[in-house]
Amino acid sequence: MIGSIGPLPMEAPSPGSSFTDLLDSLGAKPTLNVPPGEKPPTAPEGTTVLALRYAGGVVMAGDRRATEGNLVAHRRIRKVFQADKYSAVAIAGVAGIAIEMVRLFQVELEHYEKIEGVRLSLEGQASFLARLVRGQLPMAFQGLIVVPMFAGFDEREQRGRLYSYDAVGGRYEEVDFGSTGSGSRLAKSYLRTVYREDLSADEASDMAVRALVAASQEDTATGGPDLRRGIYPTVLRIGADGVEELDDSVIAPLAEAAVDQIL
Amino acid sequence: MTIPFYVPPEQQVRDKAEFARKGIARGRSIIAVDYAGGVLLLAENPSTALHKISEVYDRIAFAGVGRYNEFETLRKAGIRQADLMGYLYSREDVTAMGLATAFAQTLGVIFTREPKPFEVEVLIVEISEEGDEHRLFRVTYDGTLYDERKFVAIGGKAEQLVEALQDLWEDDLTLERALEIGTEAFRQAEGREMEGWEAAVLDYSNGRRAFRRLTGSELPAR
Repeated sequence: MIGSIGPLPMEAPSPGSSFTDLLDSLGAKPTLNVPPGEKPPTAPEGTTVLALRYAGGVVMAGDRRATEGNLVAHRRIRKVFQADKYSAVAIAGVAGIAIEMVRLFQVELEHYEKIEGVRLSLEGQASFLARLVRGQLPMAFQGLIVVPMFAGFDEREQRGRLYSYDAVGGRYEEVDFGSTGSGSRLAKSYLRTVYREDLSADEASDMAVRALVAASQEDTATGGPDLRRGIYPTVLRIGADGVEELDDSVIAPLAEAAVDQIL
Repeated sequence: MTIPFYVPPEQQVRDKAEFARKGIARGRSIIAVDYAGGVLLLAENPSTALHKISEVYDRIAFAGVGRYNEFETLRKAGIRQADLMGYLYSREDVTAMGLATAFAQTLGVIFTREPKPFEVEVLIVEISEEGDEHRLFRVTYDGTLYDERKFVAIGGKAEQLVEALQDLWEDDLTLERALEIGTEAFRQAEGREMEGWEAAVLDYSNGRRAFRRLTGSELPAR
């Protein structure tokens, strides 16, 4: 009974590589239990995020607004996060739950890598994220829905890949682009008219910013670039060299041009 | 019912300690050495698949000698502890000091309670905020915790390695020079040809996760 002695957690639930299962076994996994019939509390929701593939990888972007009903809850919220050296995750839905899900996902990937000595495959990462979303299902029935997107550079296949999800943990690999959140339909209609397969990284980043600006024109929950306050969309590029976050100084001119040109 | 023979506690502890020491003495040794950019961990290890050195957290690394399955169990437990602390509180709350005392307590309890003690010795190394002294903790089979400076060695030839390093070590070594004196210390301590190296660094230049394995031509020649 070595597991019961000393302060170190000497034993973990099989297969022993999952941090989430370890938390669960200690009763520390984040969950909310809303009794049936009760109304859950209202909480800020993140809105539009999108991703599109370019020749050497994937660009992932998101606006910075969170809304609560008809109010702007946060202007500078972050919805696109690096997950691993070669992957990123973006979230839409109840922000508090989604951000915690991302934090757990990040620790899970790093934990797996340290325990096993190799990074979890991109496919493995995508399916683990589906498991986390599925774990949310009881809360989804209460209206607390979280829908992420996942993108990365597959080291084995040497190409960028992206996945969209639904509220029950369904996982769908996209070949061109994807979007989720309140402005996703608008962003997708924009992308559908301009998307090409042979985009360069710069063209894809520009296209991502334009799609978000297009969505913000019709969807009040999507925040356009706030030029006065200096708030710009988050843009991450994932290629053979890993994840790179574009600096505001790079995004600002793209955002200004998009605001100028999109009616 | 048979009554077990009475064995005085002094005798029990002596026997267990001797048993553990013998097991550790059979294993190959590991050193950790301060250099200008961080800390180098160097082990004699003919296997390229079974590692003795591992990343634990952002600025913390682990190394173990002795029985592979036992220090591997400890290594994983250390990673779990670090990731749990970092997740429940904050990344900055994970320290080598906290981990080293947890390793010490666990090994101490195993030594007194289990019929067979762990035949291991482990290192927990942390690079400090830039400019401060690094943390080099050594924990022995019975849970004794040592806080070392500049360099440290564990394993069968630990004493000889420390003696050799006392003559060889100097301030502000480059990584290349640290590798040279490390391999030289092993040659002096072992008095034979080495069978292969495993090396890793905790280096400020690697960003948040300071740990990096040295591979291929970066490793010292045999």
